Order: sequence, then C-alpha cells, then structure tokens
Amino acid sequence: MIEARTLTKKYDDKVAVDGLSFTIEPGIVTGFLGPNGAGKSTTMRMMLGLDRPSSGSVLINGKRYAEHAAPLNEVGALLEARAIHPGRSARNHLLSLALTSGIKRGRVEQVLDMVGLTEVAHKRVGEFSLGMGQRLGVAAALLGDPRTIILDEPVNGLDLDGIRWIRALLTRLAGEGRTVFLSSHLMSEMAMTAEHVIVIGKGRLLRDQPMADFIREAAVSSVRVLSPEGDRLAEQLKNAGATVTVDATDTDGTLTVEGVTGRDVGTLAAQAGITLWELAAQSGSLEDAYLALTRDSLDYQDIAGLSPRHPDSTEEHAS
Amino acid sequence: MTTTTDPALSGDAPARVDSGEPVAGRVDGPVTQRGVIASESLKFHSLRSTLLVLAAAIIGMVVLGAVIAFNTRDRAGLDPEDVVASGPLQGYYLGQLLMAALGVLVVSGEYSSGMIRATLAAVPTRLPVLIAKAVVFTVVVGISMIVASLAAFLVAQVVLSGHRPTYSLGEGSTLRVVIGTGVYLTLVGLIGSALAWIVRSTPGALVATLAIILVVPILLELVFPSWGTYITAYLPTGAGQSFSTSLPVPHALSPWTGLAVMVAWVVAGMVAAAAVLKHKDV
Ligand SMILES: Nc1ncnc2c1ncn2[C@@H]1O[C@H](COP(=O)(O)OP(=O)(O)OP(=O)(O)O)[C@@H](O)[C@H]1O
Ligand SMILES: [Mg+2]
Repeated sequence: MIEARTLTKKYDDKVAVDGLSFTIEPGIVTGFLGPNGAGKSTTMRMMLGLDRPSSGSVLINGKRYAEHAAPLNEVGALLEARAIHPGRSARNHLLSLALTSGIKRGRVEQVLDMVGLTEVAHKRVGEFSLGMGQRLGVAAALLGDPRTIILDEPVNGLDLDGIRWIRALLTRLAGEGRTVFLSSHLMSEMAMTAEHVIVIGKGRLLRDQPMADFIREAAVSSVRVLSPEGDRLAEQLKNAGATVTVDATDTDGTLTVEGVTGRDVGTLAAQAGITLWELAAQSGSLEDAYLALTRDSLDYQDIAGLSPRHPDSTEEHAS
Repeated sequence: MTTTTDPALSGDAPARVDSGEPVAGRVDGPVTQRGVIASESLKFHSLRSTLLVLAAAIIGMVVLGAVIAFNTRDRAGLDPEDVVASGPLQGYYLGQLLMAALGVLVVSGEYSSGMIRATLAAVPTRLPVLIAKAVVFTVVVGISMIVASLAAFLVAQVVLSGHRPTYSLGEGSTLRVVIGTGVYLTLVGLIGSALAWIVRSTPGALVATLAIILVVPILLELVFPSWGTYITAYLPTGAGQSFSTSLPVPHALSPWTGLAVMVAWVVAGMVAAAAVLKHKDV
C-alpha cells in the first residue's frame, strides 16, 4: 500500500507536485496518468526517497521508503530515465544491486529468465536496444521479490510483444496480492491494464477512481444537431432536461446535446415545428474524455476555488 | 488472488508472495555495509574503463621508471631529482592524473549514467554507498599503486645497476618514498571522488580536482613568492610531497605530519561529500 498525504514538491519556485493525497491499494494495478510535466515522475521519485518532498509525505506500507531495512524487498522500481551503467553487463548490473542486501545469485538468474535476457546477460548494457534496457529495468525491479512495484512508463520502447508481456506480468503480480503502480500518458494503454486510475494535471489530483467508473463517465454519449433555429431548439431541449453546448469554434452553430437521445431530439423538434438540417448521435471516446479532463486542469488551474471537473471547453449556449 | 504462503516465513510473519519459480525462502536480507562494499567492489571490477585506467597507471609508472633510470644511468650533471631514491618514481605525474580521473569516474559515472538512482533505491540511507566506494577505492587502488611504485623502483634499480650506485629499500627514506608515492596517488584519487560526490559531473569534478592538486599550488607560489610555500606545504600536493619524495622541499612538513594533513583533506572532502549526498535530491 502506498499513501501520499498532501505530497508537495517545489523546484525553486515551480510547483511540480501540489498537495497530492491518495492511497494505492494492493492486489490491483493502479494507473497514474497525466500529460507531460504533470509531476508523475517526480511523485514516483519521492516514493523512493530519491527526491525529498517540500511538504507532506508518502509512506510505503506504513513507513518512509528509507526506513525499511530491506528496501528491495519492499519496493521494486523502474524509473523514467535508464538507471543502468552502459559499461556493465546485464548480469553484473543485477548482481551489484543484489549484493547490497544479500540476494542470491540464483535470484539474479531467475529474474533474467523472467524477462527473457538470459542469452544476452553477459553483454554490455550499452549494446542493448531500448526494449532490452527496459526489460533489464523490469528485472531489477523484480529482484527483491517486492511487495510494491512502481514503474514509470514501462511500455516506453517496447514492441507490441513486449507491451503484451508487461501487461500480463503486471496483472499477474497484482493478482499475487502486490501493489502495482504504473504511470503512462496514454489513456487507452492504461484502460487495458489498470483497475484503478489516478489522474493528475499540473501536479494536482484530478481523478482517483475505479477505471470502470472513468470509462463509464467517458462513454456518455451526445447528439450533434444543426438547425436554422438553433436558439429556439436549444431552449426546448433545455426545458426537456438536456445539456446543450455550442462549439465556440464552429461558425455553423452546431449544437452538442447531452442527456437525451437522438430520437428525443428529433421528436422534440417535430413537435415544436423546428427544421433540422443534421442530426447525429455520437459516443465519447476514452481518449477524448481524458484529454478534456487534463485540458481543464490547464485552463482552470490558476483560478482559485473553481473545480477542474466542469465544464467542457465549450461555452453554454445563451438563449 | 493466487497468494502463495512462503514456508520460510510462516507463523506470525505476513504471508509472502512470490513471482515466477519459487525461491527457497525469502530472497533477500537487510542492507548491510558489508553487502554494499561487496556491491561496490563488483561495480569497480566489472567496468572495463576502470580497469583500463588502473592498468595504464601501473604500466605507465613502471615504464617511466625504467626510462628515467635508463636516461639517467651514467650522464654527468644530472638534476637532483634524478639521483635521489624517488627519481624513478616521477611517473607519479602521470599516475596522479589517472588516479584523479579514476576517483572522479567511480562516482560521476553513477550520475552520468543514471545508475545512482538504482544504487540509492537499493541503499536508501545513502551513506553506506559513499563509505563502500571509498573503502573499495582505498584497498584496490592503494594496493595497485603501492605495487606500481615498488615495481617502478625495483625495475629502475635493475636498469641502473652496474652504471651508478643503486638504492635498496632498506636504506634511508627509500621505503618511505616508495610506499608514500602509492599512498599519495590513492589519496589524490579519493579527493577526486569526494569532489565528484559534490559536483556530480565528470568534467566539473575533473577540473576541480586538477585545479586543487596542480594549479592552486603553482598560482599561490607565483602570486605570493615570499610566503606562498608556507601555505602550499599544507595543501594536498605539498603535504603529499613530504612523504613521497626524497628531495628536500622548502618548508616541507615532516612525513608523518604531511600524511596526517593530506588525510585530513580527504576526510574533510568526504564529510562535505556525505552532507551533499545525504541532503540533495538525485
Ligand atoms: N530536478 C528538477 N528541477 C527542476 N524542475 C523539475 C525537476 N524535475 C522535474 N521538474 C519539473 O517538474 C514538473 C514535473 O515533471 P515530471 O518529470 O515529474 O513530469 P511527468 O509527469 O513525469 O512528465 P512526463 O510525462 O513528460 O514524463 C515539470 O514541469 C518539470 O519541468
Ligand atoms: Mg515522467
């Protein structure tokens, strides 16, 4: 279990992580999402005690990471940048980490085998491809048979096989009761792996919820409708309980209607004698919902007291 | 959930989980200073660059010792430094460059490659890493440089024999300067390591180290000709000369005092390095 309590990191006057509080439960894969520069890597470095929080704290199974006597058994981590000396062989890299806490040579061979690097274990890491380096990073993370696994963008540089492999590995590790926490900036990738999702933007918490809920909310469908009497139609629709927005960049005046079906819109228009030029039902995509969410965080993050959850980047149509 | 209870930790210990093939019992133990030293020793020995620099220093010193002896075996009007016992040890000029670089690289290589993050994630209390690196460097480089110095001296005596009087290890200050040269080179490397912990970048630490051991003493003596040497005797290089050369050096400290002063520089550097390592983000 990982618990962050008002975790904050300031670099000079830049706030990279801003009062994050969350709990990451064992037994499931938790995804950590946010656009570039959101503070994901910084948060993960603080979990490992590599960066010191400016305020707040993050505890791993009840203690700060550095307070654990056997840290590699507590947390295995794959960090964003490669943390491997290119001049050393893969085997010696793992052995050097293993020796610090008396991990046996047999365990090194075992993790090499798990990530499929046994054949090239004697080669200098500098000769490795991006994907092989990533696998070696995963091997290092698994070395101490850790209860908690923290991976910063583990699929970076992996081919499709590699991505599938890591997805299966993480699911299995979580199934064994471990805490698995991984970051990404790809929502679609995360949706396939993570059971729970934490989204941050500009260092602040935007979402902390089951992935299923995020997907359900994202799938809210809408209806696009174009009419010569847009204003009157919008008023009718609002009276019927729908949410109506108009895309500010759209000069035609196309309405986006949420909360009612396309059939409802057509029936309502007919009853009111309003001409329709276009009527199209649309279902929201996960990526769109994620982008809208993080875009909100950029738009409103400087306005005090305004929730970053609402509304969309469209303006309410005045009637 | 397919949690498998680890037989080695049954009882009141929490159920442990395992991945892949089961390992007999828990795979690790607590971090120990001994383990970290073993780790740093493997790191030192498993890098080709480290071993190459060390080999270059050993070979360079021995070859230079032989060449110096050959060039000075029977020429009249030799420089004073060429006839004293420490004459064939002048390869230390090369040795100190290489050992300064090695001391820097052992530490800065961790930062330039990003390995430091893996290292400190494995040893989150951090200071055992600094201690282990210093211990490994002191033992490996200490032995290598004393052997190199001894070899350079003995090879030189072979070249000189039959031409001009040779020195034996037993007489006068000979043993002191031979071992002292090896010790000096090791301490120079440790200063490089300390500065690399502080500066972190390879070029930065290299420039700082060479400035301290080569440039600062010369500048001091140039700028303050009257009393510069009183100060430089207490700088690492001057203190080092007190126990590594058989030439009379103006205002030199006694050998043991000089050794104590140079060790004090190394300790001061390492204390500053420890403070930086402990408190700065990586
Ligand atoms: N050592 C540092 N010094 C100064 N600023 C930093 C430092 N590390 C990170 N930052 C800043 O903090 C912010 C968060 O960076 P971070 O790397 O944590 O983001 P991220 O979510 O991991 O982004 P990405 O998806 O690009 O990996 C960025 O604006 C970055 O510029
Ligand atoms: Mg990042």
